[in-house]
Amino acid sequence: MAAPLTLLLIVAVTIRAVLFRSSLAELIVERVEVVSPLNAWKRVVEGLALLDLGVSPYSGDVFHETPLMIYLFHFMVDYAEIVFMIADGITAVALYLSIQTYNKNVFRKQKYALESDRYPADCLELLRSPKEMFYIPLKVAMFYLLNPFTILSCVAKSTCGLNNAIIALFILCTLKGSALLSGILLALATYQSIYPLTLFAPALLFFLQRLYIPVNLRRSSFWFFTLQYAFIYVGSLVVITGLSFFLLGSWDFIPSVYGFIFSVPDLTPNIGLFWYFFAEMFEHFRLFFICVFQINVFFYTIPLSIKLKEHPVFLIFMQIANNLEDRPYPTVGDVALYMAFLPAWSHLYRFLRNIFLVSCVLLACSALFPVLWHLWIYAGSANSNFYYAITLLFNFGQILLVSDYFYAYLRREHHLTHGLYLKKKDGTEATLVLK
Amino acid sequence: MGLLSDPNRRKALTNLLTRLNTPICIVCYLAAIVWFMGLAFEPFTLRTYMSENAMGSTMVEERFSSGERALSLAKEFDAHKRKAGGMPVEWLVKAMQARGLEVFTQSFSRKLPFPDENKERYMVGGRNVYGILRAARAPRTEALVITAPCSPGNSNNQAVGLLLALAQYFRNQIYWAKDIIFLVNEHDLIGMQAWLEGYHHTNITGMEYSPLQGRAGSIQAALALELSGDVITSLDLILEGLNGQLPNLDLTNLFYAFCQKLGALCTIQGKLQRNDWDTAEGYTHAAQTMMLMVLKQACGRSWGDHGLFLRYHIEAASIRGINSFRHYKTDATTIGRLVFPSSPGMLTVLTPVVISHLTGVALYLLPVHLQEMAVEHFPVSETEAVVLTAIAIYTAGLALPHNTQRLLSGEGTEQGWKVLKLTALLYLAVLLGCTALINFSLGFILAVTLVPITASITPHMPKALCALAMVLLSPAFTILYCVFIYQELIEAPVSVGEGWMLFLSVISQGILDHALYGSLVYPLLALFIYPCWLMFWNILFWN
Repeated sequence: MAAPLTLLLIVAVTIRAVLFRSSLAELIVERVEVVSPLNAWKRVVEGLALLDLGVSPYSGDVFHETPLMIYLFHFMVDYAEIVFMIADGITAVALYLSIQTYNKNVFRKQKYALESDRYPADCLELLRSPKEMFYIPLKVAMFYLLNPFTILSCVAKSTCGLNNAIIALFILCTLKGSALLSGILLALATYQSIYPLTLFAPALLFFLQRLYIPVNLRRSSFWFFTLQYAFIYVGSLVVITGLSFFLLGSWDFIPSVYGFIFSVPDLTPNIGLFWYFFAEMFEHFRLFFICVFQINVFFYTIPLSIKLKEHPVFLIFMQIANNLEDRPYPTVGDVALYMAFLPAWSHLYRFLRNIFLVSCVLLACSALFPVLWHLWIYAGSANSNFYYAITLLFNFGQILLVSDYFYAYLRREHHLTHGLYLKKKDGTEATLVLK
Repeated sequence: MGLLSDPNRRKALTNLLTRLNTPICIVCYLAAIVWFMGLAFEPFTLRTYMSENAMGSTMVEERFSSGERALSLAKEFDAHKRKAGGMPVEWLVKAMQARGLEVFTQSFSRKLPFPDENKERYMVGGRNVYGILRAARAPRTEALVITAPCSPGNSNNQAVGLLLALAQYFRNQIYWAKDIIFLVNEHDLIGMQAWLEGYHHTNITGMEYSPLQGRAGSIQAALALELSGDVITSLDLILEGLNGQLPNLDLTNLFYAFCQKLGALCTIQGKLQRNDWDTAEGYTHAAQTMMLMVLKQACGRSWGDHGLFLRYHIEAASIRGINSFRHYKTDATTIGRLVFPSSPGMLTVLTPVVISHLTGVALYLLPVHLQEMAVEHFPVSETEAVVLTAIAIYTAGLALPHNTQRLLSGEGTEQGWKVLKLTALLYLAVLLGCTALINFSLGFILAVTLVPITASITPHMPKALCALAMVLLSPAFTILYCVFIYQELIEAPVSVGEGWMLFLSVISQGILDHALYGSLVYPLLALFIYPCWLMFWNILFWN
């Protein structure tokens, strides 16, 4: 499958190169849906300029990237476009290989379960065949590379592309089974933006499953491995943070990066939910609501992990998707990352209920974002409420998408254990409802 | 979320929708048309309401008395214009300097993509002259603009004359808190675009211009004047700007309030306000005025020099003096009192107009009040070549189904065309929604013509009849109908041949507007609406 993947990479690079050279590039770099204060290219350039002058790049509250990122670009600023295209390529190849590994695992487990007769007789049509699974990795790579959101994010030179690359590499290392590399990459991803911290739980669950360690809080083997993995993770995080300190010689980056993410001082409109709330809020309640909103991001890990502890890869998908809606500065590049996973669950198609509605909502919102921005800022016929309405609708569409896939996944698992045609106690046909 | 997760309720709702699909569509379409025409119906319209801005009009005194001086200046300007064969820059500079303004000039040049036959120009170069009256007491952070175009021939001399007389009058007042810029621009909209781009340091249309030497702060509002005769019977207020943008409604109400106060006639779309709202005639009059405004707004061009200001979020309007044969004539001094003191009047009150954007409405249709606007057209070969090429590409698209049938997968299956129709309808819906948000009139006209045929098209209908219907309702023909309807509404109906010539010139103007000022109508129709129509054309010929 190397040839189609190579062709796909060539096509993707061509599209991006063409757009980089066209006049659309200047328009896209300024769109608020594509760049945020955390990952805008203009701010990176500003930080580099300050660094060249010998001043701390974090003075002036413009630059919010991590020191490793600024040093990377210190050497690569002339080749920035190539860096971002390579990052997209790395993400696509990493996703391709990880989904390939995942499919092999899934198929092997299915084979063992079939041989030990664990499936009821009538749900054989729900089983997956190699033929159907053959093109899925290519489709995943295609969904990522040719997604308009990814292309826009790459052309805008938003560092979200680099973050996505790190997360994709982390997923690849996890699925290949290397705990050390997975811990290091997760630490790097967390160091970049804090929210990948929630991916610690699914990675841990995956390794436990792989090493056949039961998730039982009373067993010492569970604690032994958890501590090992946590040690790798926390250790790498400490090392990376220390390295940043030595690179720049001060701890400035902690309040500028992490303080900025947690306290949300910048209320530029974007596709997230924070800006409008906090623009309307009284100062007195600000701290309370910040705490509530930030806890909201991390809180879903617990119930999702409990429910999906046997399906860690799906849990990864759910975590990434959930993080997106609740983080303070989302961009469409983040949306593209979890959308890339959707072909991996294409066997759930028959159980999805709202997919048409969701796609219409997402399409219409993507078209309406620039229109209502223009009406608000340039024409003066609208105001922030119009733009926020579309933001709300967009997030609603995403939540619906994620919950739909969640329902479909759980329903398929239920059918695989209890049979396809469910009957209530009195023999009539039953339907499954997610409450 | 019972509806989204409960399968039984969903099934019931889906069954209902699929059963009643056609009746619901027809009812929605008819209701939309009726509601739109109901906008002209008197109980539904907002009369000119009393907002705090309208109150301001009562606080101002009109004291202008130099009507004759304005007229004599107009004659001088005319003489110098003839002598110079274009814009008399030196005379204007001297005249403005004599009145105590800081005078600057700006030169600009632009090569049109193809010759413009309406105005017979191809390489356009000229100079704008503007003078700044500095505010006596306030910091120079804000400005107002009064502009009059320098047009060839006999037109607009009085406007320039009044501009200069006004500058003299203003110089003696001490209460101004904003700088006032008096601008005389050459080559109407091209000069105005050059000046605005120079003022705001942008270059969106590829114009070459010299940078502006003098500047006056951010512009809050602008007024464009077009007066071509010594005797005026009514004043027409022109609002439609580029891409269908309109100024704040408070500006209109303010001007109307002033006119009423001074007893002058104010018209919108050239039509006077009538008092017999309840009768059928009154309603048709209002509906005609509204349709005229819809057509003017939909074509996206700027109908006065003020239209280009709206893009920079500057409220602006044009005032045109009309001399139609009525028994009540207003002489120059009264006009001077009205226009110009309504200018200091308006200008003093323009500040609160600008502040109260929240109460003013920027998206409105005025079903109140006709206009004399002669459109002259001289078909010239190069322009026709461009326009006819555009039409040829359009017509060539009609052959598309025969060529692409082999390439599309799912050819010959029922599901193929259904999927295509689904995608095409979704695309059309999103497109019409976005267009209506930006330029409501354009969206409405396109929806009225495109929706019935596209919603009901299937490959199983009689091909010849449906093909004819689709072509007759395609965007190009919509433009043709709009041309004829527009000519009817301005009471200058044209024959078929003249109508066709007018149609060609409309297309060429659309292309030129896009190249010169960044109007979006032509790219929208060519790049978005037309492919959508082509998709439906493909569905019709699916086999």
